Amino acid sequence: MSKARLMQGNEACAEGAIAAGVNFFAGYPITPSTEIAETMARLLPKHGGKFVQMEDEIASMGAILGASLAGSKVMDATSGPGFSLKQELIGYAACAEIPCVLVDVQRVGPSTGQPTSPSQGDVMQARWGTHGDHPIIALAPWSVRETYDATVMAVNYAERFRTPVILLMDEVIGHLREKVELPDHVDVYPRRKPKKTRAEGYEPFAPDEDLVPNVADFGQGYRIHVTGLIHDDTGFPSGSPEVTESSIRRLHEKIARAGEEIIHTESYFMDDAEYAVVSFGGSARTAYEAVRMEREKGRKVGMLRLMTIWPFADKAIEALSAKVKGILVAELNYGQIVNEVRRAAHSDCKVSLCGKYDMKSFEPEDITSAIENMIAGGNA
Amino acid sequence: MKSEITIKTVRCKGCGICAAFCPKSVLAVSELGKIQVVNGDACIGCGQCELRCPDYAIFVDRVKEEAAQ
Amino acid sequence: MERSFEQYFRQDHLPHLWCPGCGNGIAMKAIVQAVEKKGLSQDNTVIVSGIGCSSRASGYMDFDTLHTAHGRAIPFATGIKLANPDLHVIVITGDGDCTAIGGNHFIHGCRRNVDLTVIMFNNNIYGMTGGQASPTTPIGAKATTAPYGSVDRTFDACKLAEAAGATYVARSTAFHVQHMANMIAEGIDNDGFSFIEAMVQCPTAFGRKNRMGSPADMLKWMRDHAVMKAAWDKLPEEKREDKFPIGCLYKAQAIDYDAAYDQVIERAGGAHK
Repeated sequence: MSKARLMQGNEACAEGAIAAGVNFFAGYPITPSTEIAETMARLLPKHGGKFVQMEDEIASMGAILGASLAGSKVMDATSGPGFSLKQELIGYAACAEIPCVLVDVQRVGPSTGQPTSPSQGDVMQARWGTHGDHPIIALAPWSVRETYDATVMAVNYAERFRTPVILLMDEVIGHLREKVELPDHVDVYPRRKPKKTRAEGYEPFAPDEDLVPNVADFGQGYRIHVTGLIHDDTGFPSGSPEVTESSIRRLHEKIARAGEEIIHTESYFMDDAEYAVVSFGGSARTAYEAVRMEREKGRKVGMLRLMTIWPFADKAIEALSAKVKGILVAELNYGQIVNEVRRAAHSDCKVSLCGKYDMKSFEPEDITSAIENMIAGGNA
Repeated sequence: MKSEITIKTVRCKGCGICAAFCPKSVLAVSELGKIQVVNGDACIGCGQCELRCPDYAIFVDRVKEEAAQ
Repeated sequence: MERSFEQYFRQDHLPHLWCPGCGNGIAMKAIVQAVEKKGLSQDNTVIVSGIGCSSRASGYMDFDTLHTAHGRAIPFATGIKLANPDLHVIVITGDGDCTAIGGNHFIHGCRRNVDLTVIMFNNNIYGMTGGQASPTTPIGAKATTAPYGSVDRTFDACKLAEAAGATYVARSTAFHVQHMANMIAEGIDNDGFSFIEAMVQCPTAFGRKNRMGSPADMLKWMRDHAVMKAAWDKLPEEKREDKFPIGCLYKAQAIDYDAAYDQVIERAGGAHK
């Protein structure tokens, strides 16, 4: 019996979350992410979990953080305007090191923008939306099946690094229906556990060897204190310049030291490529088709797809820029990731943008003409 | 009945609430901004001072006359 | 002289940071006395607070404690309670935290009837930021952002809680310490959303600006203006003027959110955890 099912990206996200052990979801309706909340509302109570629809996006983010501290694996989903509201508590989760996954199914902004139209205009907000220095992990799947895998990965990274993880979807992937076969088993990263007792001098925010603290869940008898103020290893606020510096540094380093392991990219048609397209998420599907079409025309064009958006794939871009004469970044916005690519690329490799912000997703011709323009030496 | 007044000076911020509610004028805030017993013999052990101390700095225990001696 | 309530404090973090004469310390003691009275375990009780003077209380209390973001204590507490219904969850918030920035969360927490005990320290001012007007600053009272006297009408947080669906609503003052502890203890007993307004004096940011006198004078003001609920009900309208009722102001029977969600799990055919 085939286990293949026809499903939407948003549904695959919910299925992936359940498979990864998510047992608490709080949300607030917003297009085009709503199907994730609807699917979780249906599935979670069947699996012994809980779903709660909160009064707004801030509250739903607060509820998942509370549930996470009480031992649940948690997720929340939203879109543009809701993503803006959640920034406050994304920062809280980063500072207080609370595992959580937030899905942002991007739509056209700014503000209410174009609610049902695709966009990739939140990639920089995913990185810098909340105030202050903080690390972030953001993943951008390009298919329904990969949405499932990326959701599992997001939950696992959230638990492993005790950090918020953003699943950066877009309307194209969220509402795309594909036939997928889901795996019987996925590897699940368990909640980290304290390695000392209270009597042994347990400190909830003392980093383990991987720089991630083993914070006890509430109700385990450790009587810990959790705050969004800068705190020392005990969890209590500290006004010390040294503690402030070292804790901000550690928040970044715990993810930076995992390095290439969490930076996922894929290359296509790169063997003899002289030019390359860089893309991600829904746009990468069209970019792939455009590159394939260019290959048919005999042009030596390849492609690098970013699955991990943050931390940024500096090394992959650098290596790419050493190999090709020009890079075209195809993204559904006015130009965001292109600047990261320019930063990471060698200066003698020309980086140009194929941006789009007219409510429509890319057509292959948008990208093929940009590729041809790049090869011809235009397109600054 | 007599009483024993204990003051945790480290906690006292000298707000004067205890002195204001003492019916027998047993307490006063010192020049150093800490509460002190100025008329211990008058204490009736009513506990009004302890009750509203926001800093948990003053405690009153009644003691039997004989035990005190 | 050792008092049993001291076991509920993190002794190495006292004395607390509140100003001389601040009522927050009195309310914090009333909370731990209520916890002691109800026999709640320190390992099985979570204290959740927001941001502001009131919300620093969590750091001094020897439980699992969570100092959240401004206004957000109730959503965090909701998540904790639903994730682990065995935990007793007590929320400490302030008038600004609860009724201004957290106002929406407050009314919806009441509406859902989540089994939380919410204690709002009402000092009628934003103390931590230096004395700005809050939604409970009386009309005519001065604040740094209301230098000519506040013209903003006030919230009656107890009436708000009742109208929004809380199933236990009470008020007490820092003068009535034992009464306050009793009100909180009754709130802990209630299976549902319990709201206790604890009126506390802020001599530094509110009292000084409004010529309220010493901290003790502010407590005496509470003594002279608070009226027990039973007496209040008999008090003619013209005599209520500047008085306010204290005691249990409202009580109702309604299913709490976690018990209600159990019905969802049952209908979905899911297994209980």
